[in-house]
Amino acid sequence: MTVSQVVFILLSIAALGGALGVVFARNLFRAALALVLSFVGVAGFYVLLEAEFLAMVQILVYVGAIAILIIFAIMLSRRMMSSETQPWNEQWVGAVVVAAALFAALVFILSRVDWPATEAQVPADSISQLGQALVSPDFYVLPFEVASVLLLVALVGAVIIAREQ
Amino acid sequence: MDVPLSWYLVVAAALFCIGLAGALSRRNAIAVLMGVELMLNAVNVNLLAFWRHVEVVKATLSGQAFAIIVITVAAAEAAVGLALAIALYRTRRTVDVEDVDLMKL
Amino acid sequence: MTETFFNLTWLIPLFPLAAFAIIVLWTNRHRLLSTWIAWIGIGLAWILGWIVFFQAWGGFEELTPPTHKYPVPLFSIPTGTTSLNLGFQVDTLTGVMLFMVPFVCLMIFIYSKGYMNYGTKDVDPRYSRFFAYISLFACGMLGLVVSDNFLTLFVFWEIMGLCSYLLIGFWFDKTYPDPKRITPKEAGLKAFLTTRVGDVIMLAGMLLLYSQVGSLTFSDVFSQETLEQLAHTYAWGNVPWATFIALLFFGGAVGKSAQFPLHVWLPDAMEGPTPVSALIHAATMVSAGVYLVARSFPLFVAVEGGSQLAVVAFIGAFTAIFSSTIAVAQNDIKRVLAYSTISQLGYMIAALGIGAYVAAVFHLITHAFFKALLFMGSGSVIHGVEHGHHHSHHHATGPEGHEEEGEFDANDMMNMGGLLRRMPVTGWTFIVGALALTGIFPWAGFWSKDEILADAWKTFQEGGHFGVTANWGFFVWLLLTIAAFLTAFYTGRQIFLTFAGKPRTAAAEHAPESVPSMTWPLVILAAFATLLGLAGTPWANQFFEMIGESAVILGERLAHGEFNLVIALVSSGVALAGWVVAWLIYGFRPLTVPVDPLRRPLGPIYTLLENKYYFDEIYQAGIVRPAIRLAQACYTFDDKVVIDPIVDGVGRFGRWLSDWLRRAVDNPIVDGAVNGVGRVTTWFGEFMRATQTGKVQNYLLVAAVTVFLLVALYVFRTYLPDWLSALGLG
Repeated sequence: MTVSQVVFILLSIAALGGALGVVFARNLFRAALALVLSFVGVAGFYVLLEAEFLAMVQILVYVGAIAILIIFAIMLSRRMMSSETQPWNEQWVGAVVVAAALFAALVFILSRVDWPATEAQVPADSISQLGQALVSPDFYVLPFEVASVLLLVALVGAVIIAREQ
Repeated sequence: MDVPLSWYLVVAAALFCIGLAGALSRRNAIAVLMGVELMLNAVNVNLLAFWRHVEVVKATLSGQAFAIIVITVAAAEAAVGLALAIALYRTRRTVDVEDVDLMKL
Repeated sequence: MTETFFNLTWLIPLFPLAAFAIIVLWTNRHRLLSTWIAWIGIGLAWILGWIVFFQAWGGFEELTPPTHKYPVPLFSIPTGTTSLNLGFQVDTLTGVMLFMVPFVCLMIFIYSKGYMNYGTKDVDPRYSRFFAYISLFACGMLGLVVSDNFLTLFVFWEIMGLCSYLLIGFWFDKTYPDPKRITPKEAGLKAFLTTRVGDVIMLAGMLLLYSQVGSLTFSDVFSQETLEQLAHTYAWGNVPWATFIALLFFGGAVGKSAQFPLHVWLPDAMEGPTPVSALIHAATMVSAGVYLVARSFPLFVAVEGGSQLAVVAFIGAFTAIFSSTIAVAQNDIKRVLAYSTISQLGYMIAALGIGAYVAAVFHLITHAFFKALLFMGSGSVIHGVEHGHHHSHHHATGPEGHEEEGEFDANDMMNMGGLLRRMPVTGWTFIVGALALTGIFPWAGFWSKDEILADAWKTFQEGGHFGVTANWGFFVWLLLTIAAFLTAFYTGRQIFLTFAGKPRTAAAEHAPESVPSMTWPLVILAAFATLLGLAGTPWANQFFEMIGESAVILGERLAHGEFNLVIALVSSGVALAGWVVAWLIYGFRPLTVPVDPLRRPLGPIYTLLENKYYFDEIYQAGIVRPAIRLAQACYTFDDKVVIDPIVDGVGRFGRWLSDWLRRAVDNPIVDGAVNGVGRVTTWFGEFMRATQTGKVQNYLLVAAVTVFLLVALYVFRTYLPDWLSALGLG
């Protein structure tokens, strides 16, 4: 077993353990912290996949922004943090069964496919290529611009929805 | 590559299904959102794994570009979703999605 | 030099769009400013449109397929592996549409100022909004005409659908004392939902086309190789893709152009303001369906002698005669015109169905002018009668007496009579429009209608193009000739009831002539309705040269529709006969009481026609009410919270199944079956209730289960043979 395989397994434990924590923690605040752990694990995957830029974006956006936003939201609706009420609804058995069945089916399919293995290297300047592709009219400038409009709309929408009347 | 593609796919599938279970079974709207974020992360892991193992041969960057778009959408979704949760809490003193069934008449 | 103006064609729809945006965002509080902005927007579109048209007229060689330069891509945006191509195109069909659409729009925009009572105390409270909506509509229609692909065509098509909905329901707060009469709000919904049926069919056609061709751009789809490929690959059995997709497109046209059986929305669309009826429901939007069929005509003729043309011909001819019979027994002045519109659209569709492409487009253009004229004339009449009603009422009972308000129907022709003396400009222009509509020499309708009939007769005599059989030619000719008689009859009836004789009510007696902003467009359109036919006379058929010579379809130049004196005489004679019969019944001895003299002799037939063959009732009983009842059944059962809908539903199904099996064994089969039907209904209702918990996570769970089932389906389909062989069964 190589070093990167060991690292992968450790990262998997972090990501999946964090995810399980999100679902099964009674305390919502702890669930949010577990979510951070899971995000960090996923960022580690990106590093292993040699997508360093995405790894940094993952840390900045998910851990730095989204997770913090979630923690703020939890604290703003603080009474809900108390663990008096049942945190799961009545259909949780069904949900778990469906999720497990879906996982089993996916793993079955994954096991039946002969996945390609490549020896190709990531080009050294992939980050600058990505930057150019995102604003190039021949590649992704339209989705990129649409995404920026979406962010603007979401910003305005969030302010209007959350504003005190 | 030391780590085969299928490992990533299995972990991503697991992450997706855990997130799905969370989104379907938690009562707190914020916790539901967290489940959705996990599912989106699983998708991104898939995109990047396929990019690294399949697309990199062609020296294009669709996988990374897609992942960036997904992250953007996830950020927008989290902002609006949390704003909704706060508005809900303010007007109805609850963030329990079970209590939100006004559409039912 | 010419290229510069063709290159600007894409700007045409943007002018009204800009007007819409400016009115909505900034000037909607200022009525006069909004009016002028709308006028300037459509005026610029009109000027540019006519420049493009006259250049196309002067030099259509440039637009002719082998050398044409005008589809012009504007955007080609790569999105991953495919790309989004949007552009505009100019060909002769676009050219003549650009002659008609912006000009008729401009006339109606001018007319609207007077109709919406600008400058009087009755001015409509949503006056500016009206101009915003019609500007947006004009953008939709012009955009549709200049599109070079089905995708943008569909987008503009839907913009028009939206505007139609908004404008039919423009007076959405209006109610009537008679609960059975349809209100504007309901009429708007009805129009929207009925045309939606056609739109969904058309969308399916577009998706199939894209899946087969990989492009929605006209120049790609209508290329020789693509059409050959579509004609020789089969959707299933021996139905080629071309036939199948053409029929789906025709479904969209049937909805938009109000052809049988989706015609029910158009008469009720008359609840909207009259300029809207003239603009959208007579001149432009409803002709978009015909335009679509004309535009995709190569697809319709790709398969020689396919069933698609027969369907088109049948629906068109049947609609033409069917709706003109209904028009005979309508008393609402606008509804008569609405059925007349359906009937004339039927003419165009039928002409396309026998391959008479040029004649259909020619009729489309002339019809737009004279039908807009007729509608605006009827609006002017209604307007006058309404004012006369207020006036006479005011004098009779004093300012307080308004108790009769709402019961008087200003649209009812029985309340009119003798208006020619009160409203001379409206009256004479209306008569000009009527002469054009009925096809009297030398007005515009004569030339276009005659060309359709001559083409139909020629098809009967010599066989048609594109494998149309001679019998279809005769069928179309016969039905359309009878429809021409009926057209003349109901139009004559309308004229004599409205304008001839003596006023039958005080309102008609006091009706004033309309303001100049309403009468001038009438005069101008009347001039066009008179002279336009000269563009397509058999001796100097410039229209044919422009459309026919350049619209080379499948390498076949369309043959010249020859003038046939006998056919022209027959159709003229038939039309004159219609006028004479109308005069004998309604004009010779003008009505004094508001009862149709035909009601007694025709008896039940009259009632049948008056009620439009009960189509609304049939649809209501057959489609609308069952849907409502199903929804209500679900709703009634929907008061108890169910914990787990899936488990519950499955459990119930199991119980019901075992129950049913016991009964089928124990009891006589009939009894069991009867109970079974009841139980299926109950079970279905209960199951539907169970799914309606109102909890979003329940719905999500159902979605997740569905995803799982799809994945499982894939697994089984792929690996079941392996498993069976592994077990030694395969």
